Formats: sequence, C-alpha cells, structure tokens
Amino acid sequence: MTQETQSTPQLDRADTRLRHDAGLSGALRGFTDRVRSGDLGMLPVVVGLLLISVVFSTLNPIFLAPNNLVNLLFDAAAVGFISLGVVCVLLLGEIDLSIGSMSGLASAITGVLWINMGIPLPATILAVLLSGAVVGLVYGFLRNRFEMPSFVATLAGLLALLGMQLYILGPTGSINMPFTSALVRFGQIMIMPAWLSYLVAVIPGALMVIGGIRTNQRRTAANLSSSGMSVTVVKAASLTAALVLAVFYLEQGRGVPWMFGVFVLFVMMLDYALTRTQWGRSMFAVGGNAEAARRSGINVQRIRLSAFVVCSTLAALGGVFAAARLASASQQAGTGDVNLNAIAAAVIGGTSLFGGRGSAWSALLGVLVIMAISNGLTLLNLSSSLRYMITGAVLAIAVIVDSLARRSRASHGRA
Amino acid sequence: MTQQQTGPDRGEPILRLRGIGKQFGAVTALEDIELDVHSGEVVALVGDNGAGKSTLVKVLAGVHQPTSGTIEYLGKPVTLDTPGKALEMGIATVFQDLALCENLDVVANLFLGHEISPWRMDEVQMEVRAWTLLKELAARIPSVREPIASLSGGQRQTVAIARSLLLDPKIIMLDEPTAALGVAQTAEVLNLIERVRDRGHGVILISHNMEDVRAVADRVVVLRLGKNNGVFTAETSHQDLVAAITGASENSVSRRAARQLEPVSENQ
Repeated sequence: MTQETQSTPQLDRADTRLRHDAGLSGALRGFTDRVRSGDLGMLPVVVGLLLISVVFSTLNPIFLAPNNLVNLLFDAAAVGFISLGVVCVLLLGEIDLSIGSMSGLASAITGVLWINMGIPLPATILAVLLSGAVVGLVYGFLRNRFEMPSFVATLAGLLALLGMQLYILGPTGSINMPFTSALVRFGQIMIMPAWLSYLVAVIPGALMVIGGIRTNQRRTAANLSSSGMSVTVVKAASLTAALVLAVFYLEQGRGVPWMFGVFVLFVMMLDYALTRTQWGRSMFAVGGNAEAARRSGINVQRIRLSAFVVCSTLAALGGVFAAARLASASQQAGTGDVNLNAIAAAVIGGTSLFGGRGSAWSALLGVLVIMAISNGLTLLNLSSSLRYMITGAVLAIAVIVDSLARRSRASHGRA
Repeated sequence: MTQQQTGPDRGEPILRLRGIGKQFGAVTALEDIELDVHSGEVVALVGDNGAGKSTLVKVLAGVHQPTSGTIEYLGKPVTLDTPGKALEMGIATVFQDLALCENLDVVANLFLGHEISPWRMDEVQMEVRAWTLLKELAARIPSVREPIASLSGGQRQTVAIARSLLLDPKIIMLDEPTAALGVAQTAEVLNLIERVRDRGHGVILISHNMEDVRAVADRVVVLRLGKNNGVFTAETSHQDLVAAITGASENSVSRRAARQLEPVSENQ
C-alpha cells in the first residue's frame, strides 16, 4: 500500500476538497446550502404554521386560545395516524387512495362488534387492526402479482371498502357509542397529567444530547470526524425550549390529550424503524431505485407488501380513534376530505410523492398544518364548500413545492 | 505486466455452465453456452454488441433464469432464481448500469441489503468499513455521507465495485467496469482485479477494451450471436481475437486497418 504519511488524518477528512462544516457556523452554512439546492426539509411547515397562525389569529383571536389548540390536537391525532401510514407507501413511490374508506370501515367495524355485538373493546380493536392488515395484504398482492398500479388498485379499494362500510352499518346508518366508555373518553376528554407532559417534552432534547455524546465518542474511537457538541446542544436546547413552551401554553387550557401523546409515540416508533433498521433502509432503497434494491438482494415484493399493510393498519387505527372522537360510527365516517387531508399532510410535511424521500415526522408536522387550516376555517364560520376549495389549493401548492424542490435537487446533484 | 501463463486449470473449478440457453420470446439470446471458472483466474468474456454477454451475466447474477442448461457451483447443481440467492452463494456482480440508489449515501449503498445489525444499524462501524474498502481501491470519494446523486460517473463505478467486494464473494463479475473510468482509475481497477484473483477468487470480466482484457485475463472466452466462439489466451493476437468476435478474418475492423495502413506507407 502506498499511503501518504499525514499527521493522523481522520478517515473521512483525508480528502482536501471537502469543506469541513464544523461548529455552529458550519452547521448554519450546511443548512443554507441544503435549502438553496432544494432540500427544504421542515422549512415549508414552519413557514406555513407561522403564516396560518398570524392570518387566523388576526381574523379570529380564539384560534390561538389554549383550549382551541387542545381541540386541534384531538382532531389531529386521528388523521395523523392515517397520514403516518401514507408516509410508508409514499416512500415507495406508491399511493393508497382508500385510506379514508379504510378508516370509515374500521369505525363501522368498531361500532358493530363493540356496541351491537358486545365484544370486549381490546378484542374489537384487534379485529379492526387485522381487517386493516388484510386489506393491505390484498393491495400488496395485487401490486406484486399483477403489477397493478397502486393508484388503480386502491381506487377500486376506495369504492369496495366504502360499500362494505355501508353494508355492515345496515339501514340505520349510524351507531352511537356511550360517552362514559373508555374509548370515547380517550377520544374526547382524557388529558395527560401535567408532569408527564413536561417530562415527555424534555425527553427528546435529553435523548439528542445523550445520543450525540455517545455517537461522538464512538466516532472518535473509530478515527472518524465528530460534529462538535455545540451544534447538538443548541439544537437540543431550542427543541426542548419550544416543546416546554408549547406544553406550558396547552396547560393553560385543558392540557395535552392522551390521544395526541399516543400518536407522537407512534411517530417516534416509525421514525426509528425508518432510519435505524434494515427495513427502513430497504424502504428508501426501493423508493429510490427498485431494480437496484432487487439486485442488492432486497426482497422488493415483501417490502411493498409490508408498506401497504402498515398503511392500511394505521388507517384502521385512525378510524377507531376518529370514531372515539365523534362517539359514533356513521356512514359519513372517512368520507369527504379525510383521504386527501391525510395524503396532503404527508406531502406538506416533506414526504415526496415521487418516492425515496420523507420521514415519519412529516405526518406529524403536516397534519398540524392541515388541521390548523381546517380548524381556522371552521372558526371563521366558512361553509364546507369554501373549506374544500381552500384545502385543495393548499394541497396543490404543497405538491408544486415538492416538484420544484425535486427539480432543484436534481440540478444541484442531490437525489 | 503480470504472469498470465499458469495454464487454464489454476485451481478448483468454482463455476461450470453446461448448455445454458435463454430465450426472450422468439429471440434466442443464448444457446448452448459452456463456461468454466476456476478459483484464482480471470476469465474475460468478450463479444460484439448483442453477443449475449450481459444476458449471461444476468443469468449468473440471478436476474434472469436460463431456459435450458445446468449451472454447477462448487460441484453442485444450483438454481439462481433471485439476485439475493446468487449474492448469498458468493457470486457478486457489478452491473453495467451500476444499480445504485441515488437517494441514499455511499455507506447506505455499500451495505444495501446487508446492513450491520439490522434492528439497530451500526452507522459508525459501517462508515469505518466503507472507508477501509474505498481506501483499498484507492478511491477518490470526498465524503461517504453524500447521496450518490452528487458523485461523478467514475466515483459511482468505484462505489459499485466496492459494494461487490463487501461480502467477500467467491466469484465477482464485472460488466464493463472500466468503460467510464479515467486512466489512473482504470489501472487501479485492473490492479484490483489481479488482487482479487491472487486472493483465490474467480473473476469474470466483460469488456470491449482489448487492451484491458489482454492485460489481466488468463483466458478469453469469445461469444458470438449467443454461442461460444472459441477460448483464447492473452497471448492470442489482436487480429485473431477480433476475427473470433466478428466471425471472419475479413471484417470491418481488418478492412479499416488495411485502409489506414495504405496512406501511411505512401507518405513514408
């Protein structure tokens, strides 16, 4: 080996052409570079939320009242679960248009099994999740076996599932759930205790610092460059400050809903699965270049199947929570704008429609934007006709931003 | 220069193809192909466009299934029905189109499908391993944390070759590995091929570049229109190889050579 003798070059710093983005200013420079080249990340969401808050709170001050925000979080959780599933199929460059119908069918099954037939709630929820998984398996099978575009398969599913929902609800068309039951209280009333909320708000920052320290130690031990702790500490501190402030503000009202807490927990679990496990890496690979993934030995069909199953199952869970929120299972559940709200949320949050880019957090952030818009418009007493039009326009804008960012990334040599 | 004259049976036969055929509908892409690869030898696969080289590689990589014939691997008949199976058995391939995921970074691409600790990926260890591997290839890649989309063609080629070596395969197949590389990197890849051979692996090299082929190959297997058309050694003259590839000693290459010779002799 002909190795130049250098003064202990770190493995990843041997190339002199590479700029060393170290410290705070380096991190800032890296961030502006990424945004300029079209790697927008969370930026559109932050800008969107600020814009929405300013506009709606000037039109109606109640919008920013703590209790309205608590309601907003209750609403966001149900759609959020559906959106979380959509992130999985979007990562593969596929789509599921039947998530709304799936959630509607799930709420209908909940009503029939739990209220009409008296089956215990846990067993009911298990059955609902299983039904979601089966629907996902069918989509995956159609996609893998017949190469049916998921667009068409799930469009057919949209109608079929809606039909099934109407069929099992029968002629009465709606099943009411008792307000005293655990499920409905979970969907309407239950609030995390204040200490727990604050604890949960502090945990992400703490994990960030601990993880940062550990990674840096391991990287130094392996003779790799380590990003300075200053960046991690500043990031963690600002995140913690923002979260604690948010919790403090919500505690001025009723507090943080349990349903939202569970949703955030699911987001964190999916985020771990997508970024730290082989399954997640395979998802991104299949979304980026399915043929390359196949030749690397990844079972592309199984990955597709898993994405559809996760998507439909989460949509079913979202349906149960939506039923809990409304205290009823009706023919209207899951119809209207539920479908597009969930998909729009994922896209607004930064998951690309073209596959291979996105994150679980996009569901959380996107659903906050979508629900804030919907909530604000409701407060203004606008009719649903106007609400649909405005939500449609927001979705269009989100997709345009996605397309433009994608083109910019391509011309800047980023995927 | 390296020593090529060690005879065709340098080591144990790893791979033995007998009567391999592949049909795409009415088109016969491969017909009755015989190919032996021994450990510690470089077999070059040459042939004109459409001779069936890439199809043969894809059969061995488990991408296509042969319509007839048998594949013997380490003395046992095998079926290579998925790319994953071929990889697992120790047949690694660098495809002509490289097959990299542009949205993932270099480390992710190197370890794709073979991540260290699948339930809690060890990014640090993977990055170290990636740098070591790339250093062995004398690769000029500034950062392994950039997406593949930001790399040049030559850098992508290097990443693809590094990836094929990751699993320490018995046989590595290189489909046109030097086509997109610069002078120094071509030499590096040829060095690397020799290094891999000396470690006792079998190498199947596909190239249109006769210079590269003659520099490293122990045997040159010529395909023509989907059939075997002779086995040569690196000592075979350029004309004979070209004749075998094109199927005639009187061909467009020899005619062109003759045409170019005439004015030169006039000028002198």
